[in-house]
Amino acid sequence: MLSVREATTAYQGLVAISDVTIDVAKGEIVAVCGSNGAGKSTLIKTIAGAERPRSGTVTFDGEQINGVPQHLITARGIAYVPENRRLFPRLSVEDNLRLGSYMYRGKPDRDEPLKLVFDLFPRLSERLEQRAETLSGGEQQMLAISRALMTRPRLLMLDEPSQGIMPKLVDEIFQAVIKIRDAGMTVLIVEQRMAEVLEIADRAYILQTGRVQMQGKASEIATNPDVRKAYLGL
Amino acid sequence: MTAATIIQSLASGLLMGLLYGLLAVGLALIFGLMDVTNFAHGEFLMLAMYLTFFLFMFWAVDPLLSIPLVAAGMFVFGAVIYLVIIRFAMRAKANIGMVQIFATFGLAILMRGLAQFFFTPDYRSIPASMLGGKTISIFGVFLPVPQLVGALISIAAFGALYFFMKKTDFGRALEATREDAGAVALVGIDKNKVFALGWGLGSALIGLAGGVMAIFFYIYPDVGASFALIAYVTVALGGFGSVFGAFAGGIIVGLVEATTAMILPPSLKSVGIYAVYLLVVFVRPRGLFGSI
Repeated sequence: MLSVREATTAYQGLVAISDVTIDVAKGEIVAVCGSNGAGKSTLIKTIAGAERPRSGTVTFDGEQINGVPQHLITARGIAYVPENRRLFPRLSVEDNLRLGSYMYRGKPDRDEPLKLVFDLFPRLSERLEQRAETLSGGEQQMLAISRALMTRPRLLMLDEPSQGIMPKLVDEIFQAVIKIRDAGMTVLIVEQRMAEVLEIADRAYILQTGRVQMQGKASEIATNPDVRKAYLGL
Repeated sequence: MTAATIIQSLASGLLMGLLYGLLAVGLALIFGLMDVTNFAHGEFLMLAMYLTFFLFMFWAVDPLLSIPLVAAGMFVFGAVIYLVIIRFAMRAKANIGMVQIFATFGLAILMRGLAQFFFTPDYRSIPASMLGGKTISIFGVFLPVPQLVGALISIAAFGALYFFMKKTDFGRALEATREDAGAVALVGIDKNKVFALGWGLGSALIGLAGGVMAIFFYIYPDVGASFALIAYVTVALGGFGSVFGAFAGGIIVGLVEATTAMILPPSLKSVGIYAVYLLVVFVRPRGLFGSI
């Protein structure tokens, strides 16, 4: 479904990822892990069209998408939830969700993804009138994911969804990721909390200083002695 | 000074104030949307007034009827200005604020120069129109009909703008872009389209004001300068970027101007506006209704 081939992206003149090749198949949950500054966010931005690769290609459903403007990549079915969520803070929860379905305005089934959204995050349905900025960190993350779901993606990309969120809600969000996959979507998730994300992922890549250092089944990576020593502190 | 003359002055001031609000709202809209101050705002007004004048001269279209045409023409003009000038000015890698200032300032000088060349520096006016020169008496207060119609158009325009911003998908896209222009691509919105729409809408609102003002003001290449100053004060007073602050700011400016004219000699009638403006800047720099 998604294929990144030897992508090199520079960020303010510095090479952030170099020759990164990853694949995501339909229906998978794929995790991208690594320490701070390993290039995880740059990789996800390169796929989303927020950054352009200096060389290499990004292909989605057989079509090359690197160089396509970011909003058109969203329209093609890749939703991206950035690290800092980028909600519209002074608009209501409802307006944020309705902006998610902006591309389907005028269509009778515009609100269809709402069923899934409220099923995943019932608390959002109680806060529709509230301004997005008044939500807690965890609720804001739920809203950001929900807004992304309203665009009806085939591939959902999450950048550090656990950041700045209390542990109980982190688990809720990871459980939601599984349900999103079960609803027919594919998920690419960038995460520093390696132990937790490897439990829900099918496969994983580990980035180090902008290169793919290791890849494989999530369960194998989680039990790899080197990984356990270097990243999991075990 | 009798109570009747005071009421008379304040009523005229209120009407002008509503018109000032309409004059300024385009500036506030564009500033709020993308933090760009359009220094050619007065020249946009000048163009709208000339459009009204030429529609009258060549096709005998009464200003009242040409207002929607002028607004539509200004919409297209504003959107095109964004697409061919502002969009590129915003791509500046360094000193982006200065680049934007000089881009719109340069546009202002260019428009004035072109107006002087093509329209000549002559003062023009629309000699006779359906509304021009008429007054109406309401409870003993005499109101000039063009200003009254202008005030009604202003109220209607603000009402429509409110509905547009709060209740439509395009309005919501505009609000979202105001909040975070870099994030709208996440929901599939092209921010350039929204910016062009904002410039079109802001310019169309100046078109409405220009169409009304052409009825009772002289039309000449520099006409925008003095009104633009009022528009900047109105926007700063109401709160930069606040669309409905511009409405309130306009009313305040109109009333202060009328009050000053009652107390001070006519040549000092603008003093009151700038005094209030300075006061607001000192006491509440973000303006009366501005956020942050």
